[in-house]
Amino acid sequence: MSVNSSATSLQEDFRDASVKDRLNLLLEFSENLPELPSRYADHPDLLERVEECQSPIFLFVEVQDDKVELFFSAPPEAPTTRGFASILHELLNGGSVAEVLAVDDDFADTLGLAEAVSPLRLRGMRAMLFRIKRQVREKATN
Amino acid sequence: MTVAHDPSPKFQEYAHPEVLVSAEWLAEHINDADLRIVESDEDVLLYEVGHIPGSVKIDWHTDLNDDTVRDYVGSADFKALMERSGIRRDTTVVIYGDKSNWWAAYALWVFKLFGHEDVRLLDGAREAWTNAGYNLTREATEVEPSEYPLVLRDDKTLRAFRDDVLAHFGKPLLDIRSPQEYSGERTHMPDYPQEGALRAGHIPSAVSVPWARAVNTDQTFKPRAELSSIYEGEKGLKSSDEVIAYCRIGERSSHSWFVLKYLLGFENVRNYDGSWTEWGSLVGVPIVKGEEPGLAPVAK
Repeated sequence: MSVNSSATSLQEDFRDASVKDRLNLLLEFSENLPELPSRYADHPDLLERVEECQSPIFLFVEVQDDKVELFFSAPPEAPTTRGFASILHELLNGGSVAEVLAVDDDFADTLGLAEAVSPLRLRGMRAMLFRIKRQVREKATN
Repeated sequence: MTVAHDPSPKFQEYAHPEVLVSAEWLAEHINDADLRIVESDEDVLLYEVGHIPGSVKIDWHTDLNDDTVRDYVGSADFKALMERSGIRRDTTVVIYGDKSNWWAAYALWVFKLFGHEDVRLLDGAREAWTNAGYNLTREATEVEPSEYPLVLRDDKTLRAFRDDVLAHFGKPLLDIRSPQEYSGERTHMPDYPQEGALRAGHIPSAVSVPWARAVNTDQTFKPRAELSSIYEGEKGLKSSDEVIAYCRIGERSSHSWFVLKYLLGFENVRNYDGSWTEWGSLVGVPIVKGEEPGLAPVAK
């Protein structure tokens, strides 16, 4: 699925759900966040800390042949942060550089999550997207 | 009907032993009809991941704060929250949560603004339950809605506003943030940049006691003698003093407020919930940088 159609499908899934179900959906995402492959699990120093998030979350972006791959690490006691990371993984992983960079910076605000988790908490997802795009930009030009 | 107090010897040393319960006590009383267990976390999804059986969730953002004005919910919203949580005016409420009970203490403080009589904390926070070998559940709690009266929020006794702080100079102020926030090295708490302020430092004359000094490594509160040696010994506070505590948005200082008020028995301690996110951005108020408290300006 292209990044664009993933975005539409995520927006529909969340917006069609009641506020309470949006939280359950976020929980499902949280539980489906892929584990770090051992090359990163054994080298936490390679990962970038997302400082804007209240819980410790680290991310790393790989760009190969114009294809973006994302890696996240966040502890189980931070399910909201894991959920945000998992949504971005679903949205962006496997996309092209141009597709990832074209994603709306306000994407986090388009899922109807503000009511369920509060706007302040959503800032964490905005910050993750911002850092992902920055890493993609840096790595695409190398 | 008030539920019997936890007789644990450790709690009996505190000024108000009735405000804490242990995991064992909670497990014993879990089915008591006059008791309601409340989970209050920083992470809004943690309750869904697993909670103490029969507990309800109260979230500081979505339940306790007004969604428009920077303030707590008013009488009608608090009444509605209590009723959908199955809490009556005479229900014994035990609150627990993540992060050493920061948000649990914050929720307790808001309950107290509305004068709810019997509110207690689970000593050792959320982990006390699992550490004691009890299970969390994902089963949704069936709540029978209760009736709760419409009560006015008392913003005078336990809460301080910025003008109260300006009028308070000369009396003790307690800054419970990290040493870097206190000295002005950073405008925000480590890892929490979204809750920053325009200036860094502390309120003049405020003494620094980072909140975590009140707890053991397992998140339980330190015994009374140890708490006393920090706040009363080292910092020279007296239980007859009028004290205002603050942090960044008032949650960590609720934790220290709880320690002073209930564990050490300070009669007159208030929480300044505007805290550094307000003071550090206010035009024209005095601020001190560095590790020394600095002199108190003339009270206004």
